Amino acid sequence: MTAMLADTDFSRRDLLKGGGALIVGFAIGGSAPAMAGRGDAAGPPDPNAIDSWIAIHSDNTATVFFGKCELGQGNTTGLLQIAGEELDLDMSQLSAVRLDTNVTPDQGATSSSSSIHRGGPQVRAAAAEARQVLLARAARRLGVQTGSLTVAKGVVSIDGQPGRSVTYGALLGDKPFNVKLTGTAPQKPISRYTLVGTRVPRVDVPEKMSGKYVYMQHVRLPEMQHGRVVLPRGQRAFGAGAKPLAIDEGSIRHIPGARVVRKGDFVGVVAEREWDAVKAARELKVTWQETPALPSADLYERMRATKTKDTVIADLGNVPEAFAQAAHKASATYRCPYQGHLPFAPNCAVADVNQDGALVMSSTQDVYTARKMLATVLGLPAEKVRVKYYEGSGTFGRSCYEDAGQAAAIMSQAVGKPVRVQFMRWDEHGWDNYGPAHLAEVRAGVDANGKIVAYEYHGWQHGWTVTSSVQDIALQKPGVERASGSGSITVNPMSTGSMYATPNRRVISHAVPMAGYLRGAALRSPLDLSFAFASEQTIDELAYALKLDPLEFRRRNIGDKRWLGVLNAAAEAAKWQPRVMASALSNAEVVTGRGIGLGTHHVSYGAAVVDIEVNKRTGAIVATRVYAALDAGLAVNPALIENQIVGQVIQAVSRTLKEEVTFDKTGVTSLDWMSYPILRFAEHPDVTPVVVQRMEEPSTGAGEEAMGATAAAIANAFFDATGARLRQYPMTPERVLAALAAART
Amino acid sequence: MADDLKILRVNGSEWPVAAAPDTPLLYVLTNELQLQGPRFGCGLAQCGSCSVLADGVEIRSCITPLADVAGKQITTLEGLPALYAEQKGLPQTPPLHPLQQAFIDEQAPQCGYCYNGMLIKGSELLAKSPQPTDAQIRTHMDGHLCRCGSYPRVMKAIKLAATRMAGDVR
Repeated sequence: MTAMLADTDFSRRDLLKGGGALIVGFAIGGSAPAMAGRGDAAGPPDPNAIDSWIAIHSDNTATVFFGKCELGQGNTTGLLQIAGEELDLDMSQLSAVRLDTNVTPDQGATSSSSSIHRGGPQVRAAAAEARQVLLARAARRLGVQTGSLTVAKGVVSIDGQPGRSVTYGALLGDKPFNVKLTGTAPQKPISRYTLVGTRVPRVDVPEKMSGKYVYMQHVRLPEMQHGRVVLPRGQRAFGAGAKPLAIDEGSIRHIPGARVVRKGDFVGVVAEREWDAVKAARELKVTWQETPALPSADLYERMRATKTKDTVIADLGNVPEAFAQAAHKASATYRCPYQGHLPFAPNCAVADVNQDGALVMSSTQDVYTARKMLATVLGLPAEKVRVKYYEGSGTFGRSCYEDAGQAAAIMSQAVGKPVRVQFMRWDEHGWDNYGPAHLAEVRAGVDANGKIVAYEYHGWQHGWTVTSSVQDIALQKPGVERASGSGSITVNPMSTGSMYATPNRRVISHAVPMAGYLRGAALRSPLDLSFAFASEQTIDELAYALKLDPLEFRRRNIGDKRWLGVLNAAAEAAKWQPRVMASALSNAEVVTGRGIGLGTHHVSYGAAVVDIEVNKRTGAIVATRVYAALDAGLAVNPALIENQIVGQVIQAVSRTLKEEVTFDKTGVTSLDWMSYPILRFAEHPDVTPVVVQRMEEPSTGAGEEAMGATAAAIANAFFDATGARLRQYPMTPERVLAALAAART
Repeated sequence: MADDLKILRVNGSEWPVAAAPDTPLLYVLTNELQLQGPRFGCGLAQCGSCSVLADGVEIRSCITPLADVAGKQITTLEGLPALYAEQKGLPQTPPLHPLQQAFIDEQAPQCGYCYNGMLIKGSELLAKSPQPTDAQIRTHMDGHLCRCGSYPRVMKAIKLAATRMAGDVR
């Protein structure tokens, strides 16, 4: 198995100039020529050239260049499978290289579960066209028509005459294709797939387990200094920045070699040894300007009262009239907290900025956007900035990776040496671009036959940041919010009732301005967990009003076979027994419940059944067992999706039961794993992942859809166990006890 | 604080290290010895990212001053196969500790960053409880966080490793 191989040759000059050194460090089967020249110039390479995507080496192996980064989701393996399928190469003949703005094509950010969905077709088209070129050359070499050729493992032979053959390596061996990519080459019919759809083990796992895998946190350069950021503990209100009124540089004079770096309002410390940098950041005395502007206890009330920019997301039929006619109605308000990305390892970056330009290595999910932002911060043209991606720990959206990269670059520019910046735990927890808080007012109505006839969802949330904290602070500019449209968040119509064939449905998104709140950005399954928590409880309440089994109720109201497919798959895995929720309430101290829920992100489909235990004395909820199904169309590698489902379920349980960013009027106060608890090992449920394989459908994302479903199923299981509804998460013991007390009165 | 010259015993070798005695062990292991197993996660002993074994007992190297490990045998992820060979009286050091192989076979990790801690803590458990129950695994591993949510597969892999280790001598 060929792994993603880490480059180890960190000769500073070679890296900045590009040249051979960059790639030679990768243990690519073939040697230099196909790789020569790559990395010499600023990218992105021409997406309409086969050479930008594929290189064929003399030893009959191939390197595939793609622009989607490995985040632990296994997309490297999946994308290599797609390339290998079209090229008729097996996994041992394929390698990938790390993302690099001088080397790899620009496929956009690795976000929104787009690697296979949107990145896969580009890789497939390039590989198919590369195969076509190779076949034409083989036909000439062997003196036959291409139609009489077959390929296996990169060996092209004449059908029925296996002795007459030539390898890809012999045909092209390390020379460029020099062929335009037209996108018109025939692609292999799905019925002939042998690699796509199979459970290929991940290429990155062996080195991750042996300790040889190079994470961002492991990268070192010669003469490198260690830097730390100095920020107020916990971010202040968006727009307030972080303004130092006084800095006492004498306070770190006793630390050998430690010095302060400033740019605008940005403050950092640099030292030769890492522990000295840690101490200097801790001991540097800074007086910050404080303007307490955050909401504290009145977060949701303030959001509800704010003047908002409203968007009609969906408006079908006549909603008011339908509610007037409905036999039963359910309506409630739901409160959903700010939550953090909080990668297990805080972000880290290494930068080398000198007269030739800037090299920045970071765990950015988008090397080309990172390059643009760095150019702005450093005052350099984008072509003078080179960004290389190194995997850090799982990031789940826009954590502080751009901040770490920019901080390292600012400090390197100031001290004239390479600088490594490691965010401390409190930096990452306190200065994240959080998943925004959400307030929902939902109502739905059903007729006497159990058909949902009316649905209305109003959601309040602010948008996402365009800039980064370090950029705003260093350039002394207020942050920029993207309140709507692409790159921001509105209520997702697919998560709010559209799975049910409802003739009358209204969905309104109320955009709250971000100024005065916390910095927001996409957090895995952006707000879909909130939407599902609110929407699917409302649906369950209708089933309960009719004394119907919630599974049967959903089946009656779903028109789409793919929604039905995941719903049934989760229910079958759980051996669901039809029953009315909360129909077996018990007086025991610890009671059990089972719930079901649907969820999605964009285009794939998720469903979950969750079993929970509720301790009515302590208020503690334990999720004991989760069955979750996901339909992402053609599953390129079902094993990868199963692992994604397990991760989504555990994270959704954590977010539904435990996670909440806390803050007072001045700033964020949840700054570590004690003040921001997540699900612990002893608390984890058993998880049964189910992949609904649909070979005939296009592949879509698989990294987010089970989360909303899981959150909804937990909430519905709580009602089943206790007969009480909890309309705010995380469902902490305090809130559980309050909900139980309210239900008794 | 003035530098002390200390001899660190890591993975069976001795390393002279010049560092202030309050320096946490982690920074010496990663920067001076350039080991990739122990790694920074929180600096607060809350997550288990930096775990190493000191005389076979798991400690958090991010808060352990160098002065506290004087004379102790430190084992990092890199030294787990050799430690296993010693514990089992194997004639040769295997390429991987059985738990490393089990994590690969179960395709347990996602980003894999927390697996240094999972391996150190899991191997500590297997050394003292060769056939741990589910409850024992849950309790023993509870100090190790995973943000990707791979706990269920860590469970499976520890049980798989336990089964396989029963076949090894001693």
